[in-house]
Amino acid sequence: MKRSHWSIPYVVFLTIFVVLPLVLVLVYAFQDGNGHFTIANITKFFTDSDALGTFAVSIEVAIENTLICILLGYPAAWILSNKELNRSAVTIILFIMPMWINALMRTLATAELFNMFGITLGKGTLLFGMVYDYLPFMIYPIYNVLNKMDKSYSEAAQDLGATPWEVFWKVTVPLSMPGVSSGILMVFMPTVSTFAISEFLTNNKIKLFGTIIQENINSSMWNYGAALALIMLIIIGITTLFSDDQKETAQGGLI
Amino acid sequence: MKKFIAQTYIWILLILLYAPLVFIAVFSFTESRVLGNWTGFSARLYANLFTGDMQGSSSLLSAVENTLLIALIAAAVSTLLGTVAAVGIHHLHGRTKQAVTFLNNIPMINPDIITGVSLFLLFVFLHFSQGYVTVVLAHITFCTPYVVLSVMPKLRQMNPNIYEAAMDLGATPSQALWKVLVPQLRPGMVSGFILAFTMSLDDFAVTFFTRGTIGLDTLSTFIYTDARKGGLTPELRPLMTLIFLIILILLVVINVRQAKTKRTV
Repeated sequence: MKRSHWSIPYVVFLTIFVVLPLVLVLVYAFQDGNGHFTIANITKFFTDSDALGTFAVSIEVAIENTLICILLGYPAAWILSNKELNRSAVTIILFIMPMWINALMRTLATAELFNMFGITLGKGTLLFGMVYDYLPFMIYPIYNVLNKMDKSYSEAAQDLGATPWEVFWKVTVPLSMPGVSSGILMVFMPTVSTFAISEFLTNNKIKLFGTIIQENINSSMWNYGAALALIMLIIIGITTLFSDDQKETAQGGLI
Repeated sequence: MKKFIAQTYIWILLILLYAPLVFIAVFSFTESRVLGNWTGFSARLYANLFTGDMQGSSSLLSAVENTLLIALIAAAVSTLLGTVAAVGIHHLHGRTKQAVTFLNNIPMINPDIITGVSLFLLFVFLHFSQGYVTVVLAHITFCTPYVVLSVMPKLRQMNPNIYEAAMDLGATPSQALWKVLVPQLRPGMVSGFILAFTMSLDDFAVTFFTRGTIGLDTLSTFIYTDARKGGLTPELRPLMTLIFLIILILLVVINVRQAKTKRTV
C-alpha cells in the first residue's frame, strides 16, 4: 500500500463532516420549509431592517475591536519580542494564558466586574470585553513573527543610516505584516460570529450577527438560519482572501 | 527610561487582563451567592465543590465530567486520525496535496458558529439523533486539523531514508512504523494532542448546536445556561480559580521544559 493512501480515511471524514455540512448550509438556505427551491430566505434578510441593523452593528463592533486590538497589541508584541526591553519569558506566558481559558468564563468574570462597579452594560462594555477577550489572539501571532524575524535586516537599515523611527516603519512593520493579518483573521471573524459573549456583556441589549443565527436555529427556523450562516460564510471568504492564510505561524511555537 | 515605559505598558495591560480572573479568585473564598459581596473568609465553596454538597451540584459535576471525557476522547481520536492523515498528505503531490490541505484548513478558518450550525444541519439531514456521539464527532472535526498541522513539520524534518533503511535492514512494516516513524513524530503528536484537548475544553458554540435536547451539558454550556437564568452557581468561582491555576502551572512547566531542552541542544 502506498503511503499517500493513508490520507484516504481523513479525506472521507472531511467530506462527510466538513464538505457535506457546508453544502447543506447552501441547500437549506435556498429551500422553504417544504423543501422547495426559493430565494425568499435571502430576500428576507435584505428587507428585514432588524437583521440588517444587527449585521451593521456586528461589522462595526468587529472593525472597532480589531483596530483597538492592533493599536494595543502591536506595541505589546513589539516590546515582548525586544530582548533589550523584555527578558522575562513569564510575561509572554502570562499574555498567552488567557487564550487557554474558556472564553465564556473570562467574559462572565468581566461582566460581573462591571456589575460590581455599577457600570451599565451596553456598547462600551461590549467593546471593552471584546478587546479583553481577543487581545491575546492579536498579540500572539504578531509576537511570533517579530520574534522569528531576522534582526540583520533592521541592523542593515541602521548601518545604512536609517533613524530608529524609519527602521521601525520601513523594516519592522512591513516584515511583521503576516503576523498582523493572521491576528486580524483570529479577531475579526470570531467577533462577528460570537453570540454568548455579546449576550453576557450587554445583558442582551445589543445583538450581534451570531446571536440572530443562533436564535433562528434554536426556534427551528433552520432555512432562514442557514441563509444567515451562508451570508456569514461569504464574508469569511472575503476576509480570508484579503489576509493570507497564516494560521500555521499563528499556531506554531509556544504552546 | 525607554525600558521603564515599555515595562509599565506591559504590566498595565496584564493587570487589566487579569483583573476579572483575580476578582473571581478572591470571591471564591467567601460564601455569598452574589459576586462582589464579601461576607467573610470561608473555604466552604471549595469544600462543597469536592464533596458535591450543593444546590444543583450533580449537574455542575457531571458537566465537568462530560467536558473532560469528551475532550479526552476527541483529542485521542483526532491524534490518531490526524497523524495517519498527515503521513498520507505528506506523501501526496501537486494538486491533490493542495486540495486536501485546503480542505484541512476549512474547519480552522470557519468560525465556531458555522461549524456548529453546519454540523447541526448534517445531523438533522441524516436523521441522526443528537447527543454525546454527535458532540464527540463534532469535536473531532474541528480538532483534527490542528493535529495535522502539528505533525506535518515533524514529517518535513524527518529524513525519508530512515524508514526505507529500517525496511532494508529487515524490519517488518509494523516494526518500521512503531520503532522508526512513531518516535520521530511523537513530539508533533503530543503537541497536537494537547492542542486538540484544550480546543475541545474551550469549545462552546459547536457543543451548543450539536448536543441535542437530551440535556447534555459541558462546562461551557452549563455556564451559559446558568448565567442566562440569572445568578451564577457560587461553586463555579472556586472551580474557575482551580482551572486558572492548573492551566498556569501547566503552561509554566511546559515552557520551562521547552526552554531547558533548547538550551541543552
